[in-house]
Amino acid sequence: MKAKAFKGGVHPEGHKEVTQRLSIVGSKLPERVVIPMQQHIGAPCEPLVEVGDEVKVGQKIGDTEAFVSAPIHASISGKVTAIEPYNHPTGAKVKSVIIEADGNDEWSQEVKPPGKSVEEMEPKEILNIIREAGIVGMGGAAFPAHVKLSPPPEKMIDTLILNGAECEPHLTADHRTMIEDPEGVVFGLKAMMKVLGVENGIIGIEENKPDAIKTMQEMAEKESNIIVVPLPTMYPQGAEKMLIEAINGRQVPSGGLPMDVGVVNQNVGTSRAIAQAIREGKPLIERPLTVTGAGINTPANLMVRVGTIVEEIIEQCNGMRDDACKVIIGGPMMGMAQPELDIPALKGTSGILVLTESEISYSEINSCIRCAKCVDVCPINLIPSFLGRAGEKGQVEVAEEYHALDCIECGCCTYVCPASRPLTQWIKIIKAEIMAQKKQ
Amino acid sequence: MNSKLVVSSSPHLRTPETITSIMIDVIIALFPVALASVLIFGYYALVTIVVGVLAAMVTEAVLKMKTDIMSDGSAAVTGLLLALTLPPNAPLWIPAVGSACAILIAKHFFGGVGNNIFNPALVGRAILVMSWGTLMVGGSDFWPVPGVLNFSRNVAGADVETAATPLEAEIVAMGTGWQELLVGNVTGSLGETSAIAILIGAFWLFYKGHIDWRIPGGYIGTVFILGMLLGDGFYMDSVLMTGVFHVLAGGVMLGAFFMATDMVTSPVTPLGRLLFGVGCGVITMIIRLYGAYPEGVTFAILLMNAVTPIIDRYTVPKKFGEVKS
Repeated sequence: MKAKAFKGGVHPEGHKEVTQRLSIVGSKLPERVVIPMQQHIGAPCEPLVEVGDEVKVGQKIGDTEAFVSAPIHASISGKVTAIEPYNHPTGAKVKSVIIEADGNDEWSQEVKPPGKSVEEMEPKEILNIIREAGIVGMGGAAFPAHVKLSPPPEKMIDTLILNGAECEPHLTADHRTMIEDPEGVVFGLKAMMKVLGVENGIIGIEENKPDAIKTMQEMAEKESNIIVVPLPTMYPQGAEKMLIEAINGRQVPSGGLPMDVGVVNQNVGTSRAIAQAIREGKPLIERPLTVTGAGINTPANLMVRVGTIVEEIIEQCNGMRDDACKVIIGGPMMGMAQPELDIPALKGTSGILVLTESEISYSEINSCIRCAKCVDVCPINLIPSFLGRAGEKGQVEVAEEYHALDCIECGCCTYVCPASRPLTQWIKIIKAEIMAQKKQ
Repeated sequence: MNSKLVVSSSPHLRTPETITSIMIDVIIALFPVALASVLIFGYYALVTIVVGVLAAMVTEAVLKMKTDIMSDGSAAVTGLLLALTLPPNAPLWIPAVGSACAILIAKHFFGGVGNNIFNPALVGRAILVMSWGTLMVGGSDFWPVPGVLNFSRNVAGADVETAATPLEAEIVAMGTGWQELLVGNVTGSLGETSAIAILIGAFWLFYKGHIDWRIPGGYIGTVFILGMLLGDGFYMDSVLMTGVFHVLAGGVMLGAFFMATDMVTSPVTPLGRLLFGVGCGVITMIIRLYGAYPEGVTFAILLMNAVTPIIDRYTVPKKFGEVKS
């Protein structure tokens, strides 16, 4: 099976050679962690602990009744020293539980294997383990995994797709996860297939990772209903709409979700975390992330405890070069630039990217010359130049008419614009305005 | 560590391409065309081109009140394109006036680069054609047979001082071989005669991704088909070769690859680009076969420029996952 290239897209330089051969190594145990009660799409959690409480690794410290949410666990053992709003990678201040380590790294008794195999479990039991482990999409969006795995009964799901595209330049954490724990990735996939009752498991991997494709193929061959599909290397191949279309030719309808075409998507890292939750009872308290970019002295793939401060992670990589000037949480196409580094790494943090002066453009914004390069690269088939202008001028109706809400914010239009117009940014702004007007 | 971090919205990467780099690519693409005009018509062609380019650049610099006459390179492109549409022996005030009008009226009256509705070079040319018609349109002293650095003098009318452009009269045309039209060793505007030079330049623009097949394909395809259907098969007594003649003779090649493809004044939607090319072809052929002017490329493209916004409006591509309601 060979996947078809989607329409549009761009080829930014990959830079993946910097870290793709570096094994994921455990980071230094942090002395203090800041664990925000909102690390996922959906309702924030309420703290279950108080200042002064002793907590252990894997102990649940935040939860909520809301369905679209995921509980949060202590990532180190120690003492809760504060519960207060703290800097968050989204730029907001978010209520966070701050834990000072006791240095013992003692695990909670809550963390234990379930005592029976996945074959013996009911789908509901598996789903409950996934929820209780606080697992969210680890590709970056951090959507609660158990919610995706609970489609309404009228949606006929027939395929589960694991996203191993990792189309963002620089990032290699998913790549390393597939190389280092292919068995875990497939185990998680099988468990999720059981939850959904689907027969087709497909792992999509971009062709720029031939070693990961080979490793995963060897693992998938042992299963009768799991295949690996190599994908053309093209950003944004990992966007779920592009991924699904490439793999089985189905187009997620505008405004719809993958489940509308019978598909559920999960990231390969999420799958592996689910395997660990099911087999070891281990909640999502650490994750692999790539620390890279020309501005970082020693790039690495690190297994980082959730809540570790980004500045400390960077120091572990021997700090930043003198000409480093931009720190991005996530990849260079969709990640968020940070004004300061006293922020925690979250469940959805796939990378820390440090760019240098020479990699940043300060060019002034010119008039659109209607070159239509943005039209040609837009994977959603929009006219970004028109949308950008509508956003710039605050024309909500025009933006809506040209389908601003369908924009997936992949950044391809801004990437190619020769007039240096921040099209994606303007579209994001006008989308927010459209949503605000709809709510009224 | 740097004490100040740069914060901006994603994406954080950009291609190195800029408006200036695109303009430089267009100038590179026009180099073979300009070279061919000098080889065919002589050094005076070079003087005409230099005057046209300089006049455009100076006009732009004056209007922007900046001393940097290179600016973003777009004025140089306009001046170069305009010069390439001029008669080989035009007096030098012609490129100067044409370029100045192009930059002032067609470009800056509309708000400068990116905001003009009409192709500036063609507006400049249209003003010249309407103001000094006898000089601009064939049959006058300003249309010599190919000049100093001629490859071959065996062109129809080579024994007289001036010759009509190939479209001027079928009689002349019938004496012009298609190979001559391909190489460009015929009379005509400076840059329009050599199809080979134009194709070499166009290849560079394709390679760099600045033009796609839709506009030139729609334009040339339409001219070819209408030439076969409506051209009376006058050329070489062949319907097919009459279609070829209409493509190679006159300004269609230059217009299709370098004028109609002007980014600012052509549609942004893929279907729109194709329709735009087809429209240019239809209007060109109507003017050629039934109009008062012997050649219709300039006015065909300008008319299509005028309808570009409405083409864009009605050819919005189907978005991903569009549900029919």
